Amino acid sequence: MPTQSELQTLAEVTAFLSKEADMLDHKEYEQWLDLWSDSGMYIVPIDHRETDYKNSLNVAYDDAEMRKMRTARLSSGEAVSTQEAVFTIRTLSRMRILGEEGGVVHARCAYCLYENKASGLRNYPANVEFKLRRDEGEFKIEEKVVRVMKSDQYLTTTCYLF
Amino acid sequence: MSSNIIAKASESIVEDLVFEDKVHKSLYSDAEIFEEELKKIFNGTWVWVAHESEVSEVGSFKTAMIGRSPVIVSRDRKKEIHVLLNRCRHRGATVCQGNHGKTRAFTCPYHGWGYALDGSLRALPKPEEYENLMDKADYGLVKLRHESYQGMIFATLNDEIEPLIDFLGGAKKWIDLFMKQGGGYPIKALGEHRFRFPGNWKIQLENTTDAYHFPIVHKSFISSVDDQTAEVFDFLDGEGYVEDLGNGHSVMVMIPELVDLDENLDDAIPERFADFAQALREEGFADDAVRKMVRAVGGGGFNLNLFPNIACSMAFFRNLVPVSVNETEIHHVALGGEGAPEIFNQTRMRLHEHFQGPMGFGTPDDGEAWERVQAGSMAGTDGWIMVNRGMSRLSTSVDGNVKGAVCSETGMRAAYRQYKKQMAVDIPVKEQADAHSK
Repeated sequence: MPTQSELQTLAEVTAFLSKEADMLDHKEYEQWLDLWSDSGMYIVPIDHRETDYKNSLNVAYDDAEMRKMRTARLSSGEAVSTQEAVFTIRTLSRMRILGEEGGVVHARCAYCLYENKASGLRNYPANVEFKLRRDEGEFKIEEKVVRVMKSDQYLTTTCYLF
Repeated sequence: MSSNIIAKASESIVEDLVFEDKVHKSLYSDAEIFEEELKKIFNGTWVWVAHESEVSEVGSFKTAMIGRSPVIVSRDRKKEIHVLLNRCRHRGATVCQGNHGKTRAFTCPYHGWGYALDGSLRALPKPEEYENLMDKADYGLVKLRHESYQGMIFATLNDEIEPLIDFLGGAKKWIDLFMKQGGGYPIKALGEHRFRFPGNWKIQLENTTDAYHFPIVHKSFISSVDDQTAEVFDFLDGEGYVEDLGNGHSVMVMIPELVDLDENLDDAIPERFADFAQALREEGFADDAVRKMVRAVGGGGFNLNLFPNIACSMAFFRNLVPVSVNETEIHHVALGGEGAPEIFNQTRMRLHEHFQGPMGFGTPDDGEAWERVQAGSMAGTDGWIMVNRGMSRLSTSVDGNVKGAVCSETGMRAAYRQYKKQMAVDIPVKEQADAHSK
């Protein structure tokens, strides 16, 4: 049986990650940026087994500056791929707390992003891992790693964040 | 190979659809034309399959496609490279899976026929049932003719074709220049982005030699870089040009000052690479080594479009793989230096991620434009795609080639001229392939 404190952490993490996904679906990028720690890294690897992200080519490897640039690009209206403002829906499930050390909670969940394109509905299942730092009663994201199914085969171009 | 097979001119399906100044829109969507292209273009010429660094060690392999043929590029125990059809000689199963990897042998999953890294058939279960029926020596994986230039491996299903070096012709000079971007180290593949778009392969082929779209489609990329870098990418009014290199190849020089990366090493270090230069100095690199790496780190100032499936595009290889008449897979291979400092290769990968791939700041916008070309080109029962831009203002390059403005469609015309030529020639069918595999 999980302890009360473990259930409490699971509930806190689930609430936080649901909010994070909701912000991305509703393109609330300014608020989304505030969820991050300054040293946080947003990573979409190509090879699912890879852990040395810095020395590998990734689909995305964003520090704070890149996240800011990326969200600016997605919302500026300058990018032709974003002009149709594609509607996305993310679902999260199978939430599991992998551990907690030094105030950082390590969590993993199943995740699926649905995208409505003129050519049809596309979906991107993924395993997502988060490292969340407890910070004055809130979480700050230290690391988000999205292992998108098929990223090691081929993807299609995107105009949103996974 | 019997010598009486001679490539002969045939009735070309595209004879009235491809002209110097325009191509018919059906070239993007006619399934019958696509089938002819697989036969006459992809099975008929040199097709890029790998860079040698992708199969750097004994046992390394990479899988690739030549038209509809899955192939394996392998390196055997003697460090020799082979390009093999990925088809078991028994009942046809593929014997190698995955994009890249390392193995000791290729074993068919169906009945366990085992092939060595050079394709030779080594062993098979219960061989006695083949007594007097076959000689193992004749049943290796089919080997394709392959040749390399500057580490770029090309293979062909057409044994009659000219040597690679002649096919590359005027492009060789530009490949040599492209390979200078290792910063003093040999070029090495660092990984690749793979993505598909719902459109014909020639839309991508054209795009690599299309500077005209850059300030429109890539506005959001330009907005994301510093002013100095934005100025470098503002090349439509500059001294750039496009040169027809023959055999369908062309080069589009966007940033002339970045053509030869061994030159101008004394230039001021660009603002965006100041931290990178400082990090190298702190690692103890001498000033000339630092300058060489800084100058190389962002890649060259040109796109070299090699017909039909590979481009040396500023800092990476762009490899196109036709999937169907209206679907194409693109591989953007990131490049760095073999043995170069970690920070050099890290910087190269971060620059690649910034623009390229499914989540880059450039590629998704290209993808949107290509998808729209495929969709829009369906409008009407008849219509043409214009490739005449800059035709009235051509000149001759220092190498004696046709040259147009940087935003001219000279490179597209070069590709379509070769396309039309190949589409009019029957390729000798490789029926002798099985015998060739000894």
